Amino acid sequence: MPKATIQLETLICPSCVQKIENATKSMDGVDKDSVKVLFNSSKVKFDFDKEKVSVADVEKAITALGYVVIKSQVK
Amino acid sequence: MQRFILGKKNQIALLGAVLIVIGFTGELGFQNEAVAVWSFAIASIIGVLPIAIQAYQALKVKVVSIEVLVTIAVMGAFFIKNLEESAIVTFLFLFGAFLEQRTLNKTRSAIKELTEMAPESALKQMENGEFAEVDVDEVDVGDILLVKTGAKIPVDGTVLSGEGYINEASITGESVTVAKEKGSGVYAGTILENGTLQIVADRVGEDTTFGKIIELVEEAQDSKSEAERVIDRFSKYYTPAVLVFAIVVWLFSRDIELAITLLVLGCPGALVIGVPVSNVAGIGNGARHGILLKGSEVIGDFSKVDTIVFDKTGTLTIGNPKVAGQAFYTENVEESLAYLASVEKESDHPLADAVVEHIGAPPLYPVEKTDVVKGGGIIAHANGHRVVVGNVALMEREKVHISEKARADIARFEENDSSLVLTAVDGDLKVLMGIRDQIRPGVKEVLQKLKRLGVKNLVVLSGDNQGTVDLVARELGLTEAHGHMLPEDKSAYIEELIAKGHIVAFVGDGVNDSPSLALAQIGIAMGGGTDVAIETSDVVLMNSDLSRLPHALGLTKATANNMRQNIFIAVGVVLVLLASVFLSEWMNMSIGMLAHEASILVVILNGMRLLRFKLRY
Repeated sequence: MPKATIQLETLICPSCVQKIENATKSMDGVDKDSVKVLFNSSKVKFDFDKEKVSVADVEKAITALGYVVIKSQVK
Repeated sequence: MQRFILGKKNQIALLGAVLIVIGFTGELGFQNEAVAVWSFAIASIIGVLPIAIQAYQALKVKVVSIEVLVTIAVMGAFFIKNLEESAIVTFLFLFGAFLEQRTLNKTRSAIKELTEMAPESALKQMENGEFAEVDVDEVDVGDILLVKTGAKIPVDGTVLSGEGYINEASITGESVTVAKEKGSGVYAGTILENGTLQIVADRVGEDTTFGKIIELVEEAQDSKSEAERVIDRFSKYYTPAVLVFAIVVWLFSRDIELAITLLVLGCPGALVIGVPVSNVAGIGNGARHGILLKGSEVIGDFSKVDTIVFDKTGTLTIGNPKVAGQAFYTENVEESLAYLASVEKESDHPLADAVVEHIGAPPLYPVEKTDVVKGGGIIAHANGHRVVVGNVALMEREKVHISEKARADIARFEENDSSLVLTAVDGDLKVLMGIRDQIRPGVKEVLQKLKRLGVKNLVVLSGDNQGTVDLVARELGLTEAHGHMLPEDKSAYIEELIAKGHIVAFVGDGVNDSPSLALAQIGIAMGGGTDVAIETSDVVLMNSDLSRLPHALGLTKATANNMRQNIFIAVGVVLVLLASVFLSEWMNMSIGMLAHEASILVVILNGMRLLRFKLRY
């Protein structure tokens, strides 16, 4: 499974973490247990199924919550 | 539209402040109700917009966030025409968020400085032989790169040609320049202060030492201790519980004002942010001082350490044995030394290196028929003479006579030396040398500082003989010293200490003592930036610098304390606020919000103190 890292603009409230975590987990194709939202480094890390979902889809969901995506990386 | 409003939060807060001032001036200064009502109403409406948007987004992903509580409270206040309060609460909430962002960025600054040292571009040799600037991601292993004065080394590599001085502060934490020439290894993120180098890339991107350090620190700053996970779980249910509680109070008392005040007072603000803030500032301080702490669990454990176990070789001593004493049993000293040096040149044993270094460069004889005796020494023919170099056991095996005088010397040397090297030429003992490992400069002070920081037991475990170990222990004031220890003996000893209830930190070089590093509650690696050390331990002292250890221990103590203070402040504020709703007359929504925002700032500022932490003695 590919691993994605999305760098967000600085997160300031810990409740943001919960929101982003829930939004990312709710996407079909994202491995729920792998989702990690890093508060201090303002990053989202997760494993996903290429067939079902793309990083762009997740980015869109996070942007819809009002957070700015700076860049993303897949490996 | 949503993003526009969210992006203009700061301007909205400012506008809110202006409107509130106009409102109060109208009300109190000119007794003009209409101006006041309108100003407060407008301030409330524009102020609540960004909060309400975030609340809506949170509810969409099934999270009852602080914004949800505040939005309901503001709408409630608006509904009962308490416009002054709704305006002030929205303003304070937005202004608080602004201040939090500013101060939070400060607490994260130390780690940000580190990540920003990552190289971004490189001069890569293209197919036509010319060098062109490319993004560092485009460099592959085996590429040839050019580094000019003032530039960052883009990858871990080996110097192909050129010379230069490199500042390796980003790897070792110490701002010292190191000379590099053909064949030297260079590290990504270090800076070429002088010279020009061509290097070949050995490791790129996240595989470089610097990449690993960054990844480790980034993971560490967000790693959570058990206590934090409890707080997280708790806060997940806490906000919905506050909402339910407020609704219940409203249903029973029919007092909207009381219900919405409870909503605001119940916000968990400082509690969820307090611990991560201490964590990030503490780890950031460590990173600046060449100490990598792997997360808040490590901080908690390390701060409670009462026993520190050292692996002697390479940690307390330089690991570079030197000849500390010698005795001769011959008239012709020079010739004997020449035989000794000639034979020892054939060996790469550390003791042999010490001997050769000590003698210097006398005339060398041709050496033949070299025979290395395992655990004994070396036998060879030099210039036709049979030369035996080795320990006492080898001499006895070779039937070399050891005189009374020599026996006395051996006993004297054994008392304060680690290893003996005897030399016999044609069956006669000629030279005796005592070789001793040197204690690292400053180690004594380090151990004293650790004792002052409350470490009760300082133990050394070593593979060397008991005499050597005892000597080091006496000289350094260690509480216990054990020699003749194999790696499995060391780990068994640590297991025993843990079983006795000690909190044990093990300091080692991370190569042959990894079982002990893993077994101790805290494994401290003295890694000169080596991968094994970085991966197997909990704490890494960069540049193998033991003098960082007291700072590391003091820092974890300060950080753990800071976390406790923050939790205390956060819980205390909520309790006092909730109690005063029921027990006092003066408590209202605005004061509650003010106290909340103030407590959040207090915990952030408190965390920030850690960035400046220094050991006082």
